[in-house]
Amino acid sequence: MTPFTTLTSVAIPLARNNVDTDAIIPSREMRSTGRTGLADGLFAPWRYLDVDARVADPAFPLNDPRAVGAQILLGGENFGCGSSREHAVWALAEWGIRAVIAPSFAPIFKANALRNGLLPVELPVADWAWATLTIDLAAQTVNGVGFAIDAEAKLMLLEGLDAIALTLKARGAIDAWEAADRGVRPWVYLEAMR
Amino acid sequence: MPTLVDKIWDHHRAATTPGGADLIAIDRIFLHERTGAAALKSMAAAGRRVRDPARVFVGMDHIVDTRPGRSDQTLMPGGQGFISETRAAAKAAGLTIFDVSDPDQGIVHVISPELGIVLPGCTLVAPDSHTCTQGAFGALAWGIGSSEAEHAMVTGTLRLTRPKTMRIRLDGRLAAGVTAKDLALALLARFGAGGGAGHAVEYTGAAVAAMDMEARQTLCNMATEFSAFTGIIAPDEAAYAALAGRRYAPAAFDAPWWQSLHSDADAHFDAELALDAGQVAPMVSWGTSPEHSIAIDAALPAGPARAHDYIGLAAGTPIAGTPIDVAFIGSCTNSRLSDLRRAAALLKGRRIAPGIKKALVVPGSSAVKREAEAEGLHAVFQAAGFEWRESGCSLCFYAGGEGFPPGSRTISSTNRNFEGRQGPGIRTHIASPETVVASALAGVIADPRQIA
Repeated sequence: MTPFTTLTSVAIPLARNNVDTDAIIPSREMRSTGRTGLADGLFAPWRYLDVDARVADPAFPLNDPRAVGAQILLGGENFGCGSSREHAVWALAEWGIRAVIAPSFAPIFKANALRNGLLPVELPVADWAWATLTIDLAAQTVNGVGFAIDAEAKLMLLEGLDAIALTLKARGAIDAWEAADRGVRPWVYLEAMR
Repeated sequence: MPTLVDKIWDHHRAATTPGGADLIAIDRIFLHERTGAAALKSMAAAGRRVRDPARVFVGMDHIVDTRPGRSDQTLMPGGQGFISETRAAAKAAGLTIFDVSDPDQGIVHVISPELGIVLPGCTLVAPDSHTCTQGAFGALAWGIGSSEAEHAMVTGTLRLTRPKTMRIRLDGRLAAGVTAKDLALALLARFGAGGGAGHAVEYTGAAVAAMDMEARQTLCNMATEFSAFTGIIAPDEAAYAALAGRRYAPAAFDAPWWQSLHSDADAHFDAELALDAGQVAPMVSWGTSPEHSIAIDAALPAGPARAHDYIGLAAGTPIAGTPIDVAFIGSCTNSRLSDLRRAAALLKGRRIAPGIKKALVVPGSSAVKREAEAEGLHAVFQAAGFEWRESGCSLCFYAGGEGFPPGSRTISSTNRNFEGRQGPGIRTHIASPETVVASALAGVIADPRQIA
């Protein structure tokens, strides 16, 4: 995972509450079993006047000339609600977004973002539309305004750590837990069913 | 002192991480064909293996064809590749597959309890947001993404920060014609789509205790629409009776461990909400978020202009009487045998309105389909003008397959009414199966209490 330390970028405003992952990447835009080829379908129903012909809607913020090269998206309440599809995060990242700032996030979207080096910043976004913002993760600030993030997520992002590799280092503890659990809850283990 | 969620959490904590998170052991993992291949291929590419394949299950539900005589072919362009790639990757990993033609096929959240895979007090994850459905059995069950699915398969754990807890008390008694679906929509209307705010929500109260297991699944199903981490209901005799002796479940739940699965009387919850179930009317969504829901006999409130524009209904318009084109009964919210029985009871001897262009019933599992057919329910639906299909997720979402012209209006027993959820420009109204039936009969959104 690419580490996240600091980021300075123009902020694209998407001032809508309850932006769902079907809107971020519609199911019909998920055409392969891979994690790529999704940027073109990002926000497809809102971004294009004609989705099939890919005719851009100039009124949609991602199509604004100021959005070229921008890496921060401003969202509303409950951003990323709905389907658990990680494709929503992959599509945002592939398009170039590295941080979303919103008053609140849906929990699955937030977990997916953290696993892909995309920083979800929980903050009300007053008047930052098209402003140039600097996010400093170590200091937990956006243009000097503080935000909260849990210590585990922060560490993983700053170091760009591979969660699976890290957890595998704790295999001994996991094995010990399982050995004890087999005594308490033998019904959980299903080898005999195979 | 501890809540049910705390007890399950503490039991499953295998270690703590340097960042202060918990390594939570995962007892059960479900994959499905829409995203299963992505996680399995990524895992294989990294040279990693599934820690315990005996506890990972794969369903085929999201994009499978539901028409009679189906094969791997899908109406969604390219869908066959998702099925065949998931099947191949799952076989290579040694996982248990409930394949398209398997008698156990069905929506993963429906087949899991049918087979006794979900158990009270267990942790269960799946790359599907409606995994919270299975919290109805007292499991800590929640939706994850592909990366987390890979992590859970390889390590047998997830790295998690303990969610805050919320108790939702649902006292009172549901009135006749009012269901768990209406209660879920009433909670969304009252507290908003962000009302759960990442909490692990425990549903309690007389109205919950009175629900059968299928109604409890409907209630927990929409915890994700509430933006909760998950929903859960403490297991009682009904939960144990529903699972005992199922293929993957114990024959009896007599070990002392099972008796501990409840929140203590003095348990502390980080947040508390309450709703009087007796005051809830049949509900229907009017807009583009499940929080845009109102009583069937109410008029549209003034909501976001975008939502009114999309749905084509102005503030002040009574929702009842709105003409509909499509009626759908199905999805992990409302496709179990009791849902189909209640719908068929209202339909019996009646015929859907001539203006309805399509009416579909899609059972939640192949087992539900067989049981419904044994009772003759399929004949009731077919005589009334509904198509009777094979099991799958079907019209709950649009992946490019079966759809309708933009602007079509559906009444749907599903869980999401987002813009475009059922296809470009489709206007979705979510409601109980009873309200779907009443509306299909009338040709307009209609109150099920008036035909009961």
